[in-house]
Amino acid sequence: MKKWLGIALTLGAILAAIAAPWLAAHDPLRTDFAQSLKPPGAPGHPLGTDQLGRDLLARLLYGARLALFIGVCTVVATAVVGGLLGLVAGFVERWPSTVLMRIVDVQLSFPFILLAMTINAIVGLGLRNIILSLSAAGWVVYARVVRGEVLSVKQRDYVQAASALGMGRTRLMFRHVLPNVAPSIIVVASLQFSSFIVAEAAISFLGFGVQPPTPAWGSMLSESRDFLYVAWWLAAFPGAALALTALGVNLLGDWLRDTLDPKLRV
Amino acid sequence: MRAYVVSRLAQTALVVFLSLSAVFFLVRLSGDPVLLFMPMDIQTKDVNEFRQRLGFNDPLPVQYARFVGGALRGDFGESLRYRRDALGLVLERLPATLLLAGTSLLLTVLVAIPLGVVSAVRRDSVLDHLGTISTVLGQATPGFWLGLLLIYLFSVQLRWLPTGGMGGLAHLVMPSVVLAAFYSARIARLTRSAVLEVLGEDYILTARAKGLAEGRVIGKHTLRNSAIPIVTLAGLEAGQILGGAVITETIFAWPGLGRLTVQALLNRDFPVVLAAVFFISLMYTLINLAVDLLYGWLDPRVRLR
Repeated sequence: MKKWLGIALTLGAILAAIAAPWLAAHDPLRTDFAQSLKPPGAPGHPLGTDQLGRDLLARLLYGARLALFIGVCTVVATAVVGGLLGLVAGFVERWPSTVLMRIVDVQLSFPFILLAMTINAIVGLGLRNIILSLSAAGWVVYARVVRGEVLSVKQRDYVQAASALGMGRTRLMFRHVLPNVAPSIIVVASLQFSSFIVAEAAISFLGFGVQPPTPAWGSMLSESRDFLYVAWWLAAFPGAALALTALGVNLLGDWLRDTLDPKLRV
Repeated sequence: MRAYVVSRLAQTALVVFLSLSAVFFLVRLSGDPVLLFMPMDIQTKDVNEFRQRLGFNDPLPVQYARFVGGALRGDFGESLRYRRDALGLVLERLPATLLLAGTSLLLTVLVAIPLGVVSAVRRDSVLDHLGTISTVLGQATPGFWLGLLLIYLFSVQLRWLPTGGMGGLAHLVMPSVVLAAFYSARIARLTRSAVLEVLGEDYILTARAKGLAEGRVIGKHTLRNSAIPIVTLAGLEAGQILGGAVITETIFAWPGLGRLTVQALLNRDFPVVLAAVFFISLMYTLINLAVDLLYGWLDPRVRLR
């Protein structure tokens, strides 16, 4: 049940993102003051329009595109960087690893969202910078989980045997250790995905992320605050899209964890 | 024990020092803080005078040394916007955040732990299923959206509660519920799985076999043994509540540290940012220390090193 709901919601979001140009009847950026603040069900605008007369459905669909794009980019970047650093830190137990893990500790001792926001305030706003800041704030989780896994996998007989037979360290690392920690990386990635999407929306909501008029769910919710008394739909639908996407990905992640790595705690 | 606490406090100091240094250098590397703050049409002469006054013309190591020296004495400089002592501003806002975070934590513990325990003990009952659905939904619902929905329902439609600001008890209701919602969902889920795990242990079977009343089996044997993972997560989450406060305070115009930090970041008021970072990382690491000390009390098998 949970698994299928997860798959259905996630597929729905992916479909909305890919097919946005065909599903949307309007340009998400085109303003039309004559049509501003129409409620859901208005002719030609099934979900209504915003204060500038832009079609809400079109903006939601393009918003899905943006949210998933940011989610995929940050998950890939953090998994590669954090995974590799964790792999090396678990494999080579010398001082560089200790330093790395101290950096991880320091970074984990600071609220994730605030860290990403601070980086954005410093390096600047916009799509590229929010991917950068989320990745810079998020890689530590992989580094910690992967290092822990590597430390235990390294002790197993087949790794010891391969090492005794004279296999080089790099080959050992990628051939025998990496495939055995890969399930954890996948599980962490799936669980991180929704937190990245929600964090991006939160950061855009606070004004540090994707800037208007680009249709990002977070900045749409931020703008909706000024119209809460007259246009509830501007707050209801973007938030629902975000929550349903996060729900789908979470359910999928839970299912992946139960299947691949039931003991993992993230 | 004392040696442990002392070494952990030293680590806390190190963590706070490193986070402050990281933010200091990031800010300086990213460009001229004066130009970032000044309006576009200002004259070069004025910019230079401002830079001279705030000491931005000195070499970076000198600025860093001055910053560290000041921070040690609790002096983070003057807020660029309010022209006031940055630390004073932060301290002024701290009680509001502590009130909000404390209420949310209390709410979380009062709701989440009983819900998790009942769900585990009455596994597969209607209550358990309802609990699972609400926790899964609670985890997926972004706090700032929940906040908007509550404002729409209770302030715009029903006119029961104020939309924001700080005042009486009514002002505290929505922000603390929003802040507590996400954490309650996580802690209720964890409590459920921790209790279920303990219920499968042999000593629970023994306790039941010797005819111990169910209330005592749960109250005395199960809860205490499932407390460790719950306390760990509750502790970690207590820190994350500080992060969540940033968003919640902004939605409800709650005059706390989180809102001050967001405004300081938007205004590029970096002395205030640094003072806020100082307090947030200090509180965060002290909470983690408190959690670790709690382990030793909950489970004497855990030796603190």
